[in-house]
Order: sequence, then structure tokens, then C-alpha cells
Amino acid sequence: MPGSIGCPLAHLGPRFCGKIVEPVNPYLPIFVMIALASVICIAMVSLSWLLGPKKSTAYKESPFECGVAPTGSAHERFPIKFYLTAMLFILFDIEVVFLWSWMTVFRGWVEKGTPSAMYSFWAVMVYMVLWFLGDFYVLRSGALEWEESKTLHPEKFGKAVDEEAPYVQPVSEDAA
Amino acid sequence: MTPEFWWGTLRALIIIAFVLVGVPPVIWWERRLLSWMQDRVGPNRVGPWGLLQPIADGVKLFFKEEVMPAAVDKFVYWLAPAIALFPAFVIGATLVWGPNPMLTPVADVDIGILWVLAISSLGVYGIVLGGWASNNKYSLLGGLRSTAQLVSYELAMGVALYSVLLVTGSLKMTEVVARQQAPLYDVLPWAQNWFILTPYGFGAGVIFLICMIAETNRAPFDLPEAESELIAGFHTEYSSMKFAVFFMGEYAVMAMFGAIFTDLFLGGWSPLPLNWDYLSAQASAAHLGWLSSALSFIGGAWMAPVWFIGKVFFLLTVYIWIRATLPRLRYDQLMNVGWKFLLPFAALNFVLTAVWMLFGWLAFGIAAAVVAAGYLMVVGFVLRPRAFKDAAKVHLVDVQANTAQTIEVQR
Repeated sequence: MPGSIGCPLAHLGPRFCGKIVEPVNPYLPIFVMIALASVICIAMVSLSWLLGPKKSTAYKESPFECGVAPTGSAHERFPIKFYLTAMLFILFDIEVVFLWSWMTVFRGWVEKGTPSAMYSFWAVMVYMVLWFLGDFYVLRSGALEWEESKTLHPEKFGKAVDEEAPYVQPVSEDAA
Repeated sequence: MTPEFWWGTLRALIIIAFVLVGVPPVIWWERRLLSWMQDRVGPNRVGPWGLLQPIADGVKLFFKEEVMPAAVDKFVYWLAPAIALFPAFVIGATLVWGPNPMLTPVADVDIGILWVLAISSLGVYGIVLGGWASNNKYSLLGGLRSTAQLVSYELAMGVALYSVLLVTGSLKMTEVVARQQAPLYDVLPWAQNWFILTPYGFGAGVIFLICMIAETNRAPFDLPEAESELIAGFHTEYSSMKFAVFFMGEYAVMAMFGAIFTDLFLGGWSPLPLNWDYLSAQASAAHLGWLSSALSFIGGAWMAPVWFIGKVFFLLTVYIWIRATLPRLRYDQLMNVGWKFLLPFAALNFVLTAVWMLFGWLAFGIAAAVVAAGYLMVVGFVLRPRAFKDAAKVHLVDVQANTAQTIEVQR
């Protein structure tokens, strides 16, 4: 048990070990920590700007693309799957957030043997069954399949299996 | 300013100093150990055994020119490394590394573990903003990959913790550690109930370990910075100290996650899963005074930081070992592991823990068997046929690839 382990500052008097000293606001040290961490982070990011040399040329300033001149904007379109993943994350995250409050009280109910323990257990089980159904639907509908895009490469999907057609396009078309 | 305020500031400074002082040895250890595992020597010139190499690198990087590409979003580009490093410092605000409430944790608040999860997800902002602001295609891809990866594994990580929290009945870190100092399985008085030793805690611990490797962008989940395809991904365009800050943030978060894993699954600061107070009392009852005092010293407050740092060091070594052993996953494999394996298993583990708490070990065993059978059914009859269909397609490609014309196109 944590209370029974000896206090290393006991020889300094009861002031250090007699009681757990709670600050007026228990979150105060966290705010102090956030302030200290922000100062350190910003200092570290800014210092090299002050200390390092500044000799910029057009070649240095161009974005790195393996030695060739960059073409087009870097802020291009990207696959919708990333957006879908983020949406699913938010959905599942909100679903599991509802369990946090139950987790903090369930142990107490079980130890006291109150009827709430059994009742809340079955309520959560029903909830989890629905959760698994949702998870199963997401997996089954292929929302998380990171295969090649069917819209960009329709010739690669289905045809070869169904119609025994040539699987890939002829060389001339591909080169053009 | 009250004394409580200054004690709180001291506690915060201890964690921040731990991060700042701890990162160079971690980098050195990674480089040396990786070298030995790959049959190389590694950095051994600067200082004894090369120990000062990270310091020398840091000083060099401070004085290097900062190359900022022309079309970057300057403010976001400047801010992104700071956002990436920030969580490494404040994630330890609820970390317990010893028994003394004056020194640890920084703030023993009711939201302890929620704080860890919340702050660990802040790190993704640094990466995605850095990737977006760099005006580089590789960086953008790295940032996007990272976002999808981090949110996927964060979900599984949070759900994996549920079984631990359910058994503890509190989100306080001190309560989680205290629960692990109870008798093992609530039966054996001489042993401690480390969650890694219990069936539900072991499952949660394995899932949490995989997720924390993914959350820190480490091999085999280092796709955001895959050097062979994305040229370092989100930090391609970062140089000088800004690159070093990203680098430092990664290693500091690694160490902090190691510490959190220690608190949640490895019993905090106790060196072995033994109840030192109980053993000490037994020894003194058997008139072995020296043994009694030795045991209470080993499990006592003075040695607590030593054991705690030792466990964190062990977990960091596991990180490096995994990096040296496993190849990088493909992106679809990465997402499959996160969503189809880790997340459902974490949720099932949570349900089984609730069953165990209410109905005991027998019900737990029966439910676990039912779940295992059910999982095999689902995998065998519902999800696998899709995989078989894909396999047939691949087979067909191989057959057709025998013609010379097709082979050319495939290349």
C-alpha cells in the first residue's frame, strides 16, 4: 500500500510527511508545467534562427524533390480515405467516451454489491453489442480497405475474374 | 506564493529536467545498440564510449543555417516543431515515479489517464501542420499518413486502457499504481497484482505496447517518415534546430510512453512484483533484522526512482530491439492491424474484464473461450472470403504475367 512505504523526508519533520499537501487548485502545477514547456519549446525553435548563418539562394529555397525542379503546387488533392478514417475515428471515439463515467463507478458498485452493478453491466453489454455491430458494418462495407482506387483504375478490378479478359492494358495504350 | 505552489513548480521542473537530460542518453543508446545489432560500431569518438555524441550533434545543429523553402506558410512552419515537442514535456504531468506525494506526481488530479490520452493526441498537430506548411509533396503525404495512423491507434490505445481503469475504478495514476500493489489476484499476499501478470491486463498491455510504438512513429510503424519512400516525410524541409526539435520530441515521447506503460502495467516503481512490506514484516517476524531492513530498503522510497528509470530503460531497449528486428509495414497492413485486430480485441478485453469483475474467474474463462471461437468464426466465414477472392485475382495476374508483353507493362 502506498501509505505504508517510508517517507524519505521524515527526518525533516512532520511538515513534510504528516499529510499530503494539496494545493488550493490541484491543477495549478499543470498550468505551471504548460507555461514552462511552452517557453522551452519556443526558445528551442527560435534559437537557431538567431545563432545560425543566413545565406539564402534560389536553389536552397526550392522544395526538395529528389534533385529535379518541383512541378505544380504541393497542396494537391489527396485520397478521400484519409477523410473517411478521420470520420470513423470521431464516431468511434465519441462512442467509447460514454464508457468513461461507467468505468469510474463500476468497481465501487461491485464491491458494495448494489443492484446497480448487475443492471449497469447488462446495459453496457447491450451498448457494446451495438458497438461491435457498428464496427462490423464498417469493416464489412470496406470503409477501411486501402486498395487501389477503383475509379482511377477500373480495368484492374473485376474484369479479369468475371470475363477472362486481358488483365492489363496493351503496351501501346499504357505508354500513350 | 504559497509553499504548495513552489512544491508544484519543483515537481514540474523534475519532469522537465528528466526529459531534457534523458533524451541525449536515449539517442546515444539507440545508435549504439542498433549498431551492435547490425554488426557495426556506432558513434564511439566523442567522449567516453561516444556518450557525448548527441550533445555535439545538438550544439552543431544550433549553429547550422536554417533553410526555409520559399513558399512555406511561415508561421505554421515555425510553430509545428514546437507543437511536436510540447506534449513530451506536459504528458508527464500525471506520471507517478515514486511513493512521495511531495515530489510526484506533478498534479494528482482525477483525470490522470485522460490527460495522458489527450496530450498524446496533441502530437499529431505538430506533424500534420509541419507536413502541410512545408510546401512539399512528400511532407504532405507524410503528414496525412501520420494523421490517419495516429488517430487509428489512439482509439485502440484508449480502449485497451479501459480494462485497467475498470479494475482500478479510478482515472488517477496514483490509484492505478496502488491497485497494482495489492496482493496478486487478491489472493497471494507476498506478490503484487501487476496488471501485466493478470490475463485481462496482459491483453491490454500487449495492445497498449503496439499502440504506443505506433503513436511515437517508430519502426515498424514509421510510415510517416519512411525514409526510403517519403524522404523523411513530414520533416523533409526542416533543417538545423527545427529538425532537432522534431527528433528530440520523438525520443522524449518514447521515454514518456515507456514511463506511462511502467505505471499502468508494470506496477510503477516496485522492482519486482513482490510485496516488499509484507516480506519485510515476515523477515522481522523470523528474527532476520538485516533481511527485513534490506527488503524494506529495496521496496522503499529512496530506491523508487532507480527501479522506475530502470524499467523505462528496459522498455526503450525493447523499442530499439523491435526497430532492429521488424521490417516496416505496408500502409494497408498498418490500417488493418489497427482497425481489424487491435480495436476489436481491446473492446473484447474490456467486456471480458467486466465479466470477470462481476462473475469471477470461471465466467471469465468461459467468456474468453466463446470470444475466441466467435472471432475465429467471424474471421473464417465472413472476413476471409474477401481475402480468398483477392488471392484468386493475384493468382490470375501471375498466370497471365508469363507472356513477355504483359511483363513489360507490369514494370
